[in-house]
Amino acid sequence: MAAIDISSVGKIYTGGVRAVSDINLDIKDGEFIVLVGPSGCGKSTLLRMVAGLEAISEGTVKIGDRVVNEVEPADRDIAMVFQNYALYPHMTVRQNLEYGLKNRKTPRAEIDARVNEAARMLEITQYLDRKPRALSGGQRQRVAMGRAIVRKPAAFLFDEPLSNLDAKLRVSMRGEIKRLQRRLGTTSIYVTHDQLEAMTLADRLVVLSGGQIEQVGSPLDVYHTPASTFVASFIGSPAMNLMKAELQGDKLAIGPSLISLNGYAPTSGAVTVGLRAEDLRVVSGDEGMPFTVEYVEELGSQRLAHGVVGDQAVTIALSGEAEITDGMRITIDPSKLHFFDAETGKRLDARAPAKAVAAVAEPVG
Amino acid sequence: MYRAKFSDHLILILGSLFLCMPVVVAFMTSTHTAADIHSNGLSLAWGDNFIATYEKVLTQKGGFTGDITGARMVMNSLILGIGFAVGKIVLSMMAAYAIVYFRFPMATLSFWVIFTTLLLPLEVRIMPSYQVMSDLGLLNTYTGLIVPLLASATGTFYFRQFFKSVPEELLEAARIDGAGPFKFFIDILVPISRTMIAAIFIIMFVYGWNQYLWPMMMTTDESFFTLMRGIKSILQVWVGSNIPDYNEAFALAVLAMLPPVAIVVIFQSWFIKGLTESDK
Repeated sequence: MAAIDISSVGKIYTGGVRAVSDINLDIKDGEFIVLVGPSGCGKSTLLRMVAGLEAISEGTVKIGDRVVNEVEPADRDIAMVFQNYALYPHMTVRQNLEYGLKNRKTPRAEIDARVNEAARMLEITQYLDRKPRALSGGQRQRVAMGRAIVRKPAAFLFDEPLSNLDAKLRVSMRGEIKRLQRRLGTTSIYVTHDQLEAMTLADRLVVLSGGQIEQVGSPLDVYHTPASTFVASFIGSPAMNLMKAELQGDKLAIGPSLISLNGYAPTSGAVTVGLRAEDLRVVSGDEGMPFTVEYVEELGSQRLAHGVVGDQAVTIALSGEAEITDGMRITIDPSKLHFFDAETGKRLDARAPAKAVAAVAEPVG
Repeated sequence: MYRAKFSDHLILILGSLFLCMPVVVAFMTSTHTAADIHSNGLSLAWGDNFIATYEKVLTQKGGFTGDITGARMVMNSLILGIGFAVGKIVLSMMAAYAIVYFRFPMATLSFWVIFTTLLLPLEVRIMPSYQVMSDLGLLNTYTGLIVPLLASATGTFYFRQFFKSVPEELLEAARIDGAGPFKFFIDILVPISRTMIAAIFIIMFVYGWNQYLWPMMMTTDESFFTLMRGIKSILQVWVGSNIPDYNEAFALAVLAMLPPVAIVVIFQSWFIKGLTESDK
């Protein structure tokens, strides 16, 4: 077990393509870090640099007290779980688990003890003598995890390990990975493009975009105070509504409506304002913003109404039995508004006072 | 649903007859005496000389020097065929491993150089090859018979394509598991290539088994004669009033067919296994 220290790490491929730049990340011993971002954001490259499968072009990676830039993957004391499992097809499950230990000249008795323990932990004992092809996807993924566990490494690296599983299995395996990591207390880095996986697994989330860190923080921090419009739109489902708006002194103009901020505005002029679907409420009368429903998604416990305010798309989350009518009006508690710079998309870190009164509709000039 | 009609079966039956009849005729004819064949031609009926002919073919000393038996020729052919196939597989696997998994200067170029040798069959380089073997004093040796033919562009190409289809994660997992280049090759790559190896073994064995020109160039000592040359030499004995031993020639031809057939039958199950079970 060890801390991992990534400082000013960058990756430039031959040909000058820059995949990752200036990543600084301090991972504490035993922490579960999830790297999340759209495809091509450099998250896998970063993980592979920590694993040693990709050369580090700039900066240093430390595992424990040791700089590992030039260390072979096998000597970095890490174990990796791959998306396609990468089990050795011609070996039985037991041989798969043993292979890494045998190569390290671990004594036979020790190997057996560790393999049996890992198999018991993952409930794959009855499959130990089968070949991987006789196993289902979920079982193969357990074997892949077993191969990592028996090594007792300083860190686990997961490269989208659940992407090849069906939705139901993914949820249960997610829980299992989390439980296992808690129990073993091994530092873990987990790469995924699935924001739900990221939210549920992480101690800390690292949101990447274009090879750079957008935000690092606990899942709830990232959810409640996204650092940029990118993070806001990436984390959370349904995605946060981002609308062009204008701050006019104490009031916020969104499309045809004005929202009174009661005494506080982070700046003035054009901003991008973010509204979580579940923070929007339907109001009666002629308060709030006029909302025209285009279609409704039924999720059972929730209904998602997709529509427009003015000419901007908005999604609101309503309770399962809420009524949806034409000519609805919606509003939001101003304390739940997120403001972003209209140009850079960065968060304008200020909030309207919590006491601010709900929006009042006034026609704009 | 499509129901098989009589005409469908007819086509299949005719096709299999077309393929099987020559073999059946050769076998049946070989059971008659030479004189019988000389006067009555090919035969479809069972003769009564089966044991006598095959025993004679396998054990009787023949040839010019009179000290080579059929069994010896079978063994020579086996050595050539197996040595050939095994050598080619070992060499081309290692070449393909180098080309696919190692970055070295001009790797692509060297692959294409190997590949273009496909365009140069043995016959083109038979003189220089002979000269080299002769200078090395390897005429009339098994080494001289086998080694010059080992470099195989075909095998290298097949293995290259196969290695390229092996998921990269397998290599990465092995690296993390502490397997070096040599271990990865022996522990992982060779076992997962086994269906590929079986396929190439069949092709190369039959190719080596059927070699005629090269053994004829390389070996003058009759104790190195292969079956292919033996068949020829039996028919050449036309001295005086002797009738060529047609029956023995046919018997040798039938015998020559057996090992390749056996190899195909043995490896066939591997073949099918390789096709139906995705192993990667």
